[in-house]
Amino acid sequence: MKRTVLTLGVATLAILIIMMAGRSTTFGSTMEDKPATQVKIDNFVFSPNPVTVPVGSTIRWTNQDDIPHNVVSDDKSFKSKALDTDETFTYTFTKPGTYTYFCSIHPKMTGKIVVQ
Amino acid sequence: MADKTKDEILHDHNHDGIDRRGFLKCMAWAGTGAFCVMQGGVLKSYSLSGLAGSSAKEMKGELSFVQISDSHMGFNKPANTDVAGTLKAAIDKINALPTQPSFILHTGDITHLSKPEEFDGVDQLLKGASAKDVFYVPGEHDVIGDDGKQYLERYGKNAKGAGWYSFDQKGVHFIGLVNVMNLKAGGLGSLGTEQLEWMESDVKHLSKSTPIVVFAHIPLWSVYPEWGWGTDDSAQALGRLKKFGSVTVLNGHIHQTMQKIEGNVTFHTAASTAFPQPKPGAAPSPGPMKVPAEQLKSVLGIRDVNYVQGKHALGVTDSSLE
Repeated sequence: MKRTVLTLGVATLAILIIMMAGRSTTFGSTMEDKPATQVKIDNFVFSPNPVTVPVGSTIRWTNQDDIPHNVVSDDKSFKSKALDTDETFTYTFTKPGTYTYFCSIHPKMTGKIVVQ
Repeated sequence: MADKTKDEILHDHNHDGIDRRGFLKCMAWAGTGAFCVMQGGVLKSYSLSGLAGSSAKEMKGELSFVQISDSHMGFNKPANTDVAGTLKAAIDKINALPTQPSFILHTGDITHLSKPEEFDGVDQLLKGASAKDVFYVPGEHDVIGDDGKQYLERYGKNAKGAGWYSFDQKGVHFIGLVNVMNLKAGGLGSLGTEQLEWMESDVKHLSKSTPIVVFAHIPLWSVYPEWGWGTDDSAQALGRLKKFGSVTVLNGHIHQTMQKIEGNVTFHTAASTAFPQPKPGAAPSPGPMKVPAEQLKSVLGIRDVNYVQGKHALGVTDSSLE
């Protein structure tokens, strides 16, 4: 009886390990399937603009100017710190919608992300 | 002496409209400093590079002060890898003026990224200036990340709202305005209703002969809205100053000197002490302009302002750091 319990315990542990391994593999491949969409900030312009992506997508903004910029949504739902040259900001859009954003340091710079 | 004649620009408020030759000449200075002399309510402007040829007597008025701008402490990109060095050169230039200024106005972008050590660096260097009083207004680079909290803690002790204030010196009324806060997507610089209302009450008691000097970071006239070089509600601010015979507006932000006269108002933008920016529309963006190292100091500068009671112009003299 004791032996059976032990065997069962080992078997359960083995199944758990396999399940966890399977989950982590699935998780890893999900990340690889959806690399961040790049938006560059260059010459005081966000490009490409607008950007249309599926729900769950991550956008990565990279500042290529010699002047700091930031990325602030008009409704303040996301806001980066000031990005110095070559610094990046990433944000994952989990709900569909149209997100307008701007650089609050240079408000003439505006952009739009459409999440479908 | 020939240099002096070349660089001096005298604006007379009795002339209407823009002195186009003078304006173009100012454009050519791109980035020099300025010395301003209030003479009889009108600001006289001289290029500092020409000051050596000007007599001290000519420069003398009831009040003289210096404007510096856009020191961008912390900037270290190719356009200028030593902004501390060029700010120091600007201070040396101030200390060498024939008439020592009563105080210094700094029209913002003190720092590049609003970092405490950047503010400290500027404070430390300005301790070396002969003029001990420095009056600030913030630039958009001084309020990054904290909505101007740190700026207000450092410089806003006697200020209202986001940092606006006024003071009087030798009969001249100075108004420091903040137009870099709560900027809206797609918009320009902004003063806001609260500040405009404060300004109205601030000038209500003044006689119309009081010379007014308004200073703010972003230009209070439409220099080039495409690059954000203007302030959405500047007309409302200037409208509140209509009764005054002499209004001088001093701005920074665009890293080059420009002047314009509109009725009773003379507008000046100042050079940066850190790096030049392109002329409006002359480049894809208003980013820092790299010039050959040996030319850098010729496009950076300070401005000296002089007031002489009884005359109708403040003298404004821009001079480069060369």
